[in-house]
Amino acid sequence: MIEVKNLTKRYGDFVAVRDVSFKAEQGSILGFLGPNGAGKTTTMRIITGFMPASEGTVLVDGLDIFSQSLEARRRIGYLPETPPLYSDMRVEAYLRFVARLRGLHRSALDEAVERALKICGLADMAHRICGQLSKGYRQRVGLAQAIIHNPPVLVLDEPTIGLDPRQIHEIRGLIHGLAGQHTIVLSTHILPEVSQICDRVVIINAGRVVLEEKLGSLPAGKSLEDVFLDAIAKEEGHEIADSEETLEEVGAGHA
Amino acid sequence: MRNALTIAGKELSSYFVQPVAYVVLTVFVLLAGWFFFALIKQFSEMVQVYSAMSNAQALEHLNLNTRVIDPLLHNMSVVMVILVPAITMRAFAEEKRTGTYEFLLTAPVRTGEIVAGKFIAAAVFILIMVALIWIFPIILMVFGDPEVGVMAAGYVALALLGICFVAIGLFTSSLTQNQIIAAISCLGVLLLLYVISWPLQTGGGTLGDLLRYLSLPVHFGQMVDGVIDTSDIVYFCTMIFVALFLTQRSVESVRWR
Repeated sequence: MIEVKNLTKRYGDFVAVRDVSFKAEQGSILGFLGPNGAGKTTTMRIITGFMPASEGTVLVDGLDIFSQSLEARRRIGYLPETPPLYSDMRVEAYLRFVARLRGLHRSALDEAVERALKICGLADMAHRICGQLSKGYRQRVGLAQAIIHNPPVLVLDEPTIGLDPRQIHEIRGLIHGLAGQHTIVLSTHILPEVSQICDRVVIINAGRVVLEEKLGSLPAGKSLEDVFLDAIAKEEGHEIADSEETLEEVGAGHA
Repeated sequence: MRNALTIAGKELSSYFVQPVAYVVLTVFVLLAGWFFFALIKQFSEMVQVYSAMSNAQALEHLNLNTRVIDPLLHNMSVVMVILVPAITMRAFAEEKRTGTYEFLLTAPVRTGEIVAGKFIAAAVFILIMVALIWIFPIILMVFGDPEVGVMAAGYVALALLGICFVAIGLFTSSLTQNQIIAAISCLGVLLLLYVISWPLQTGGGTLGDLLRYLSLPVHFGQMVDGVIDTSDIVYFCTMIFVALFLTQRSVESVRWR
């Protein structure tokens, strides 16, 4: 459903994402895990068509996000790191606006908005102004706008960041309930999130994929945290080894 | 097209939820009122002076259109140079700041539709501004006998000018996240178009002709005089088209970098 192949993104000399490849099967939830600054948001932005890759391709439902951008974007629901709310609009008006932009017909608007409000627990908040909502509710409205057109693919960038434990539990429940009908890619640095709701995990560090595994096939007895820390350490070990080699070469050159 | 109208509708309602629109409209109408008052006062004084002197010829030359409406429109066009940047500065800059830019560009909407939507909303706002000060020609028509066609041409020119300004304002807004930079660059471009022919007011060969062709007051003035020449309409339409084209490219460029 989502195929990322050899994705590379450079900002001048800085390589944010290096040769990243992974697949998300239809109906599954893929956890995109990594420390801060690893390149998760950059990858999400490339997958959703906000910025182009320097190299590599992204296929969403078989469509190339760069060359068949409009069609591919129709199939995606995206919740960016900051929920994209217009602070002067009321929740219901905002969702109607989003629904229309996402291609829903006038006749389908009411139903879609009601459905999204219900799924995200926003029925009481429909007439509140977006700017006056608490963080938890903003996140929910962000999720509502991502699902409003019932897209086959959902891309969620850190959906539970900054929420209190009860809200986190609710949002995770929501996401889990959406699986099956939707293919979900969610990025996070909160490990329990991945072990609780994801089928597959991709661990990224410093722009590189260090692990891609079905959650079930991870070594039993090892917690996800251990797996994560090991994978990061191994990656950094490689980097240190690489740079040690280079130092030796330099040393040999001077000798 | 549908998406453009959806965006236009949202932008326009958003204008009137924020205080900026009301402040701009109030300032615009207040200034217009003051200018109108000053011009009418001067006009009536001149009428009295010439009547007292029994100067029939001079009285005949006193024309409500040229003495009142023309200067009013020219003054309001300068006021627009200052107010339009305040209207358009948030168009794209605000979206970039709040993160909704990412939403617009990842939605299945063409960038052309986004630009068109914002342009339509701003253009409608300009039409509202210009329509509000039509009250003054109405006052003249009640108490005097001005040429309505000429006044209408002048107001159409003011609306066209305003729409041209907003197109330029949208472009500068699309270049930055910072609303102040957007406003000041827009102001700079508009003022430049105002004074571009100053070095070569007369003569100057081809360069002089070019600078005078690019000059805003020259084209605006011709339309306010009542002459709707195609060259003036082409000037404004070209400006609008170029500004919107550049805006679309600027917004789209996020996808290329």
